[in-house]
Amino acid sequence: MATPASVVERAAPPSAPRALLRRLRHGDEIAHLLTLIFASSIILITSVIVYELWINSHLTRLKFGWHFFFTSTWDPVFEQFGALPFIYGTLVTSAVALFIAVPLGIGAAIFLAELAPPKLSDSIAFVIDLLAAVPSVIYGLLGIFVLVPVMRTTIEPALKKTLGFLPLFQGPMYGVGFLTAGVVLAVMIVPFIISVSREVLLAVPGDQREAALALGATRWEATWKVVVPFAKTGIMGSIFLALARALGETMAVTMVIGNDPKISASLFAPGYTIASVIANEFSEATADVYLHALVELGLVLFLLTFILNGLARLLILATTQRGSVHA
Amino acid sequence: MKKTLLVALLLLFVGSLHAQSGQVLLNAAGATFPYPIYSKWFDEYHKLHPNIQINYASVGSGAGIRQVLAGTVDFGASDGPMSDEQLAQAKMKILHFPTVLGAAVPSYNIPGVNAELNFTPQALAGIYLGTITKWNDPAITSANPGVNLPGNDILVVHRSDGSGTTYIWTDYLSKVSDAWKNKVGRNTSVNWPTGLGGKGNEGVTGLIQQTPNSIGYVELIYALQNHLPYGKVKNAAGTFVKADLAGVSAAAAGAAKDMPADFRVSITNAPGKTAYPISSFTWLLIPTQIQDATKREVIKGFLHWMMTDGQNFAEGLSYARLPRPVVEKETKAISLIQ
Repeated sequence: MATPASVVERAAPPSAPRALLRRLRHGDEIAHLLTLIFASSIILITSVIVYELWINSHLTRLKFGWHFFFTSTWDPVFEQFGALPFIYGTLVTSAVALFIAVPLGIGAAIFLAELAPPKLSDSIAFVIDLLAAVPSVIYGLLGIFVLVPVMRTTIEPALKKTLGFLPLFQGPMYGVGFLTAGVVLAVMIVPFIISVSREVLLAVPGDQREAALALGATRWEATWKVVVPFAKTGIMGSIFLALARALGETMAVTMVIGNDPKISASLFAPGYTIASVIANEFSEATADVYLHALVELGLVLFLLTFILNGLARLLILATTQRGSVHA
Repeated sequence: MKKTLLVALLLLFVGSLHAQSGQVLLNAAGATFPYPIYSKWFDEYHKLHPNIQINYASVGSGAGIRQVLAGTVDFGASDGPMSDEQLAQAKMKILHFPTVLGAAVPSYNIPGVNAELNFTPQALAGIYLGTITKWNDPAITSANPGVNLPGNDILVVHRSDGSGTTYIWTDYLSKVSDAWKNKVGRNTSVNWPTGLGGKGNEGVTGLIQQTPNSIGYVELIYALQNHLPYGKVKNAAGTFVKADLAGVSAAAAGAAKDMPADFRVSITNAPGKTAYPISSFTWLLIPTQIQDATKREVIKGFLHWMMTDGQNFAEGLSYARLPRPVVEKETKAISLIQ
């Protein structure tokens, strides 16, 4: 009994293990499995974060409900918590940063990829990558000691004089506030936009460019009407990467924003962001409700990033469908 | 020759084995304000007793309290005493041991004014409540005869990060002003009626130095070490006192008479002619029941040393030392640890 069975066993299935072995040797199975694990680990980490934030914020979710999003008192003593000024501050500083960094970054990327001599382009790109690696606390310190006085004495008065009719540029000027935080953020995110956009522009196939030139386009027309649209998706990607960094930035922002949870129309006014208040108050938050309020702010920031990323995806989808070029 | 070497090696091995088995490792976590002196103490104590190693994580008072409650550290440290609700959460009784003292001082930057300003409690409370908005307000000028104060708007600066310094400052304002107590209260972070927030002492100092007509509060240690100018504050006895280590210890001595048994006492606005009114203890949080007998003895031994020889390190690091009567009371409390 035993002998035939073992013979059958030995005779029939060998092809399966051997095939598996062959596939393993070629690396397909291993690669498939490994990359699958890596990819799912990202989803796992994300869900664990959301789960933890959700569990550890139940006190404030029960106590304040949706009011948490729409009230603006932040009082650890009397335990009243509202996230609105922080949401506002996060969105405004990121918007200011993008307003400055996007034209600057894309312009620089176009110059480096299309117009500059390759040697110059490479060395500048090296400096830009260096800039991206500077720790944010350094930007914060430079911000408070160098940028803040300049903003207060020069830039803000100039803006008030020229654009003072807009509510954005009115009110007392402290040097710290939304505008200064936005400027520091812009400096921090511009290397991301330049670096990624430059790579994307360099990756546009040469025949696209040559075809445009052959049709009689000038060099600038070829760049602006053919190369840039071709690279649009990648450039958008770089902008949203930069936006994500701006939304989550903590140290540099807290040093120059004034840390006052108020909603003001003026960009000169001090404000506060979600990431900053969490970093500032987490370690000394003694009461449970207080701690849960800070954790719920983390959840809000997560949600905000999620929504903005979703909108970004939609924007990319919409623009690539309208345009004829697929990168 | 060979034999002696062997014996020596063997002895060395046994010796190291012994040291390893007698090694006591304690973990502590909490307040950042006393971190410089705590790390000095734990280091010096390790030199005296090489088998004892105390690791201290300066994660903040809030985290220190939570970790003691959760039992994840052997003891904690906090700049503010634990609340009754927090103590009720604890599985066992937790004792407060004052270690050193700190203080908060008002620092300011008014162009053209180099004189040392006097601040009454009413002036400080009014400025921080936003009811006193100009430097030439009578509440400020009346305490500073002969100083020509400008009519500029006061820019108030406070800490943006939760901190023991903010606790001392708001505790003091709560004691001297009912309006402050009812509207704002005391905590490591509060809902500030007015002003800008700077991160850390350095952030507050940066804002003060760069913004004309500003006022802010910083730790006394930070002001001393960085030679910042700061004003005098009127104490409960009615004298204007410029903060120094002796004045802070005097405040503690003044409060020692009415010291509660659990040492959870606020010494802001303390009586005494020389007492600096914006002072506070910082505490170690020690569980009363420690299962591990060696750990218990080590903690008790360390507390004894901290109150005696350890205090000699305080002034070198700009902390005010514990006054004699407080040390005596604390020494008695050590026997409560079982």
